[in-house]
Amino acid sequence: MNQTSTIPDFVSRKSFIEVDGRKRAQSLFDEGTWKELVGPFDRMESPWLPLQGVAPQFDDGCIVIKGKIGGMAAVAIALEGAFQGGSIGEVSGAKMAAALDLATKDSVAGKRTAAILLLETGGVRLQEANLGLAAVAEVISSVLALRPHAPVITLIAGTVGCFGGMSLAAGVSSYVVMTREARLGLNGPEVIEQESGIDEFDSSDRALIWAIHGGEQRVGMGLADALVEDDAEKIKATIREYVQADLLPEYRSQQVELYRDRITALDTSAQIDPISLRREWNNTTTGGLR
Amino acid sequence: MEQIEFDYPAAKRRITKKAHIGVVGSGDMEVLMEPAQSEGAHVSITTSVDGFQRSWKAVFDRFFSKFDGAVRIRINDAGATPGSVMLRLEQAVEVISQ
Repeated sequence: MNQTSTIPDFVSRKSFIEVDGRKRAQSLFDEGTWKELVGPFDRMESPWLPLQGVAPQFDDGCIVIKGKIGGMAAVAIALEGAFQGGSIGEVSGAKMAAALDLATKDSVAGKRTAAILLLETGGVRLQEANLGLAAVAEVISSVLALRPHAPVITLIAGTVGCFGGMSLAAGVSSYVVMTREARLGLNGPEVIEQESGIDEFDSSDRALIWAIHGGEQRVGMGLADALVEDDAEKIKATIREYVQADLLPEYRSQQVELYRDRITALDTSAQIDPISLRREWNNTTTGGLR
Repeated sequence: MEQIEFDYPAAKRRITKKAHIGVVGSGDMEVLMEPAQSEGAHVSITTSVDGFQRSWKAVFDRFFSKFDGAVRIRINDAGATPGSVMLRLEQAVEVISQ
């Protein structure tokens, strides 16, 4: 046996999680087809952070890249999780919403342009409070405007996860792709513990958190569509598939009755464990799309 | 929050490329390195950690003792150590020398 064949895949694979937001976004595109819009050299920084003693970032933590994926037009919008927890502020929110709106404009004009949201974010940037909340509202309405014309794909790779206002953007997107390392939830574990007590949710219990918010559980419950390995090539292939996919006749966020019924049907007299919840929800998919 | 500026008029070699390296994460920084618009090199630092002007000066004195490019350097810093600063600068130099 030669030596190369003994090296397992996870050693030779190119990690997606280990690179920054910009490199992640770039890696999704066909080689040589992409360009960055409103990049760091344009220095569109947050005007609010320096006023509060926080160093801003030249791209405000939001990277917009336009190009081709599998030969089709696409725009990737990545939030950089290492800068202020990937939080969404006035500038980063405006970049995101504007990119989505341009994709909608192109798609309506006949050039279908899919959008990929790479969300590593705790949600609204607290330092920009109301402007961040307004940004979330804008992003959601921009996603809803694009969704009937081209796929909006949310990719949550980890390890920050996707929480707060931006989890709503993930919720309304056409498809959600996650890794096992990724987490998706409205309230982050610390917030739940703080609000409801440690008996309700112990934010230091990593196994518990991942069993509830983790990619495997989210895909298992049908709240996300694909579970991918932390492998840049595999993620690229999965995203390409969704970029080329047909538009859905109905979206998860429109299946209000289905989810309401599922929640009503839960027996809350005892602690529900994640595995049985997954099984239960998968058994009640009648009427739902997934 | 502090704004620090340095000039290195002796750095005169013409530069044509630009580079962007790093993220403003805790203990890290980002640097933009572009061709200078005027004579010599100019450095602007925005840092969230106050009181380290002398450390910054020492890092840049050392950097410009080896590097002579007429560059415009802009830095956003969230507490990078002098070692990390030098590393980021060297990464940027690597990009503009490619």
